Amino acid sequence: MSLPEELRNVRPAGPRTLGGAASTWFERHAQTLVGSLGRLARQPLATTLTIAVIGIALALPVALYLVVANARAVTAGLGDTVQLSVYLRLPTTAEQARKVARAIKARDEVGESVLVSPDEGLAEFRALSGIGEALKALAENPLPWVVKLRPAEGRDSAAAVEALAADLRKLPEVELVQADTAWVRRLHAILDALRQIVVLAAAVLALGVLAIVGNTIRLEINGRRAEIEVTKLVGGSDAFVRRPFLYSGFWQGLAGGLLAVALIGVGLAILEAPVARVAAAYGAAFALSGLAAREYLAVIGGGAILGLLGAWLAAAYHLRRIEPRA
Amino acid sequence: MIRFDRVFKRYPNGREALSELSFELATGEMTFLTGHSGAGKSTVLRLIALLERPTRGQVIVNGRNTGSLRSGAIPAFRRQIGVVFQDHRLLDDRPVYDNVALPLAIAGVPRREMDKRVRAALDQVGLLGKERALPLELSAGEQQRVGIARAVITKPPVLIADEPTGNLDPDLALEVMNLFQRFNAVGVTVMVATHDVHLLDRFPVRRIRIEQGRIANPPYVAA
Repeated sequence: MSLPEELRNVRPAGPRTLGGAASTWFERHAQTLVGSLGRLARQPLATTLTIAVIGIALALPVALYLVVANARAVTAGLGDTVQLSVYLRLPTTAEQARKVARAIKARDEVGESVLVSPDEGLAEFRALSGIGEALKALAENPLPWVVKLRPAEGRDSAAAVEALAADLRKLPEVELVQADTAWVRRLHAILDALRQIVVLAAAVLALGVLAIVGNTIRLEINGRRAEIEVTKLVGGSDAFVRRPFLYSGFWQGLAGGLLAVALIGVGLAILEAPVARVAAAYGAAFALSGLAAREYLAVIGGGAILGLLGAWLAAAYHLRRIEPRA
Repeated sequence: MIRFDRVFKRYPNGREALSELSFELATGEMTFLTGHSGAGKSTVLRLIALLERPTRGQVIVNGRNTGSLRSGAIPAFRRQIGVVFQDHRLLDDRPVYDNVALPLAIAGVPRREMDKRVRAALDQVGLLGKERALPLELSAGEQQRVGIARAVITKPPVLIADEPTGNLDPDLALEVMNLFQRFNAVGVTVMVATHDVHLLDRFPVRRIRIEQGRIANPPYVAA
C-alpha cells in the first residue's frame, strides 16, 4: 500500500521563502479578520448591544468635552481680569468727563483706565451687537461717557474691587458702576474643574469599555471552548488561538468608536438650531463647534484600541485556563 | 522515537496512574498498547502528546524530553504528533474541510496548498467529496476517519490513537486499523491503545501490555 505524494513527506509544513512567509502571514490575518467579522454578524443582537454600550461610553466624555470647549469659546472674549465700567451722568460735557477721568486715574487703587466717549461707545456697540441698523434710527446718541478701568496690581481682590466701586459710586458725576466681572473668573474656574472631570470621566468610561469588551470576549471564549481545546490539542499556539478574539474586540471597539462619532454628530445637528437662536437673541455671532477631523479619528481609533486591549486582557486571562483534555 | 524511562505519574487527585514504566519505540515502529481500562493506557498517550508531564522519570519523544520543554514550546511539539481520539474530537459546527485543515491553518499553509493536502488526506481515508459535509451528517466510522485525516495531514513522524475503534463495529474497526498500518508502512511511528482483542489477533505487531501502571509483559515483537 502506498500514500500519495502529498502525505508521504514528513517534512514540517510551512512556507519556504520569506516573501511566501509574508504573504501567508497576511493571508492568515486577513482570513481571521474577515472570519471574526462574520462571527459577529451571526449574532446581530448581542453584537449590536455591545457596540451600542461602547459607543455611548465613548460619546459621553466627548460630549462633555464639547460642552466645556464651547463654553470656553463663548466666554473667551470676556477675559480673565476684573474690569470696572464707570458710567457718568447725562448730560456730561467732554470737559467734565476728562476731569472725572483724571481724578479716577489718580487713585492708588486704579491701574490702567481709559475714557470712552459716547461716539466711541456707539461705534463699539454697533460692531458687537449686530443691531447697527436699529441704532441708525436714533436721533441722538443715548450713550453716556464711560471710564473703563482695571484695578491696580494686587488690588483686584473681590473685597478691594467692591470697596473701589462703592467709593466711585459716591462721586456726584457718576451714575452707575458696573464691577461684577468676577463671575467670568468663577465660570472659568468651573470650566477648568469640568475639564478635569472630562479627563476623569474619559478614564473611567475607558475602563468601562475594557470591561464590556472583556466580558463579551469571555462569553465568546466560553462558547467556543471545544474549538479552543481541539486547536490547542493539534498544536495551535496561544497566539493562534487568541487572534480571532483580538480581531473580534478590535471590530467591536472600532464600531463603537464610529457609533460614538455618529452620536456626537447627531447631537450637534440637533443642538445647532437652538444654539443659533440663543446666540442671535444675544446678538452674538457664535456657532456650536464640533471636533476637528483629527479628533474624530482619535475617538474612532481610541475605540478600536480599547476593544483590542479589552479582548487581549480577557483572552490572556481566560484562554490560559482552557487546557485540552483527552 | 518514543522512550519512557522509569516514568511515574500521579494525578493531582492523588491517583497513581503509572509507576516505573519503561519502554522504547523505534522510529517507524507500530505498537499496540493494551490493558484493562484504567490500567494507564490513556496516561501513556497523554504523556506522549504532552497533555501531561511525568511526575518522575523521563518521556522522550522525537529527541525532546517532554519534562523539560517550556510551555511556549508545547504547541510546536504537538504539531509533530498526530493524535486520534476515541470520540474523534471533531468540531461539529464546522464542515469536514475545516476540521481536517485546522492543523494546516495553524501551521500557516497557504490556501492553495491547503486545498491540495486536504483532498489528499480525505482521499487517503476514503472520504473524498465529503469536504462540505458536517461531522454529524457522517457515520461513526466516517467521523473517525475524518479525525485520522486531521491527525496525519501535517505528516507527523508520530501518530498515536486512543481506542480509535472503541465505538465502531468490527468491519469499520478493521478498516480504521488498516489505515494506521498504511501510515506505518511509509515510516510513521504508530502507537494504538486498544482493548479490542479480536483486532489484536489480526495485526501481528508488537504489543505493550500495561497492568496497574506497569509493563505486564516483556516487550516482544510478534511474528
